[in-house]
Amino acid sequence: MKGKSLISINDYSKDEMLRILDIAEDFEKQPHQPILSDKVVSTLFFEPSTRTRLSFESAANQLGARVIGFSDANSSSTKKGESLKDTILTVACYSDLIVMRHPLAGSARWASEVSPVPIINAGDGANQHPTQCLLDLYSIRKTQGKLDKLNIAFVGDLKYGRTVHSLTIAMCNFDTTFHLISPDELKLPSYVKQHIKNKKLEYHQYRTIEEAIGKADILYMTRVQRERFADPIEYENVKNSYILTKNQLKGCKENLKVLHPLPRVNEISENVDNTPQAYYFQQAQNGVYVRQALLATILGA
Amino acid sequence: MSKKELNVSALQNGTVIDHIAQGQVERVLYILNLPNYDDQIYLGANLDSKKYGKKGIIKVSNKFFEPEEVNKIALVSPTASIIEIRDYDVIKKGNVQISDEIKGFVKCVNPNCITNHENVPTWFDVTDKKEIVLKCRYCEKNTAKANIEFI
Ligand SMILES: [Zn+2]
Repeated sequence: MKGKSLISINDYSKDEMLRILDIAEDFEKQPHQPILSDKVVSTLFFEPSTRTRLSFESAANQLGARVIGFSDANSSSTKKGESLKDTILTVACYSDLIVMRHPLAGSARWASEVSPVPIINAGDGANQHPTQCLLDLYSIRKTQGKLDKLNIAFVGDLKYGRTVHSLTIAMCNFDTTFHLISPDELKLPSYVKQHIKNKKLEYHQYRTIEEAIGKADILYMTRVQRERFADPIEYENVKNSYILTKNQLKGCKENLKVLHPLPRVNEISENVDNTPQAYYFQQAQNGVYVRQALLATILGA
Repeated sequence: MSKKELNVSALQNGTVIDHIAQGQVERVLYILNLPNYDDQIYLGANLDSKKYGKKGIIKVSNKFFEPEEVNKIALVSPTASIIEIRDYDVIKKGNVQISDEIKGFVKCVNPNCITNHENVPTWFDVTDKKEIVLKCRYCEKNTAKANIEFI
C-alpha cells in the first residue's frame, strides 16, 4: 500500500481495508504523532467540499505534514484552461502526495496514471469517494464491535448515492444482510444488487423506515432530493417517509446506530441528535483517523 | 464453384471481410478507415447467408490488416471473418476476436467521464464478451454494445 494511490474502494482487498481500520484505531488513541513532519501534502479541490478538505487537512496537520493546495477551481489555473495532467505534474513537483476532488468521473484515475506521486481520491464526480467508504466501515466496526453478520438498513436515495453503492459493495465482504428502504424511483441499481447476489447474501426492499428499523444494527440515512423525481407530485407524496424522527427509534435494537455522510438537510430531525443512536458527528470525527491512517500508510511512515 | 466463391476469388490481392452483421457494413468501413482508401473496394449488403440469414461483405484490393485493426470489428460484428487473398488464392482465413481490453477508439457513454472532457485516450476492460460490455477504467461505467460509438 506504500506509495500506492487510492482511487476506488475496489483497489483495496478485504485485508487491506481491515489493515487501514486497525491503523486508524491507533490514531484514535493517539492522534498527534508528528511522523510526517518532513512531508508536504497537496489538497486540490477542483470543486468545493469544505468538510472533506478540512478532514484531510486536519489529518495531515496532526501528523506534522505541511499542507498546500486550493479549495475550488476558481483559484486554480484550471480556470485559465490548463489540463488536469499539467496541473498534476506541476503540483507533484511541490508535494509528496496529492489529495484531489474533481467534478468529473475518472479524473482521479487519470491523475494517478500521470502523477509521479501517489493520489488519494477525495471524490471524482458521481464515481468514487473511497475514504468515505473506509470511514463508514470504521464507524460500523467501532459501534458494533465487528463487521460480520450485521443488518444494515440504507434509507433514501439508493439509486444515485455513490456512498451507498460503495459501502454496499464493501459490506458484501462481511456476511451482511441488507435492508433497502427507498421510493420506487430511487431503488438500488441492479449492478449493485448483483454484488449482493454474487456473494449469496440477503437483501430486502421496503418503502418505509418503520417496516425495517426494528431489524437494523445500522441505519444509514441519505437525502432524497426533489430533482431526482420526474414528477414533483411524486416527490411531495414520499418526502416525509424518508425523514427520521425520534419517535421512530422506539423499539429499535439497543445497539442501533444512525449514520449519515453529512451534510444533512432535513432527513434526520434534530430531535434525534441527542439520542444514544445518533452517531453521524462521531462518524465525521472517525474520518480524520481513517485519513491519518491512509496518509501514514501511503507515505510509508 | 458457387457464386460466393467466384466473388471472393475475383480479388487478386487483398482482404475479404465476410459475414458482417446485417446493417453494419458502413460502420465496418469507418472502423477500418476505408472511406479514405484509394484502391478498389467492393461492398455487398443484405446478401443471403446460410449461417446468419442476411450478411454484408467488403473486399479491399491490395490491403492487409493487422489483427488489432480487424479485431475492432468484433465490437459491432462478432461473426465477421477475415480472408486474405494473394494471387487469387486464399492464404489465410479466420474469425475476428474480441480483445480483453479496448484502447483509444471507442467513446465512453458517460458524459461526465474525464475522457469526454480532456485529452485522455479511452481505455475499457471487456467484462462480457458475449453481450459485449465495456467497463471504463476511468469512470467505471459500462458502455453496452448498443451504445458503442467510435472516435
Ligand atoms: Zn468513462
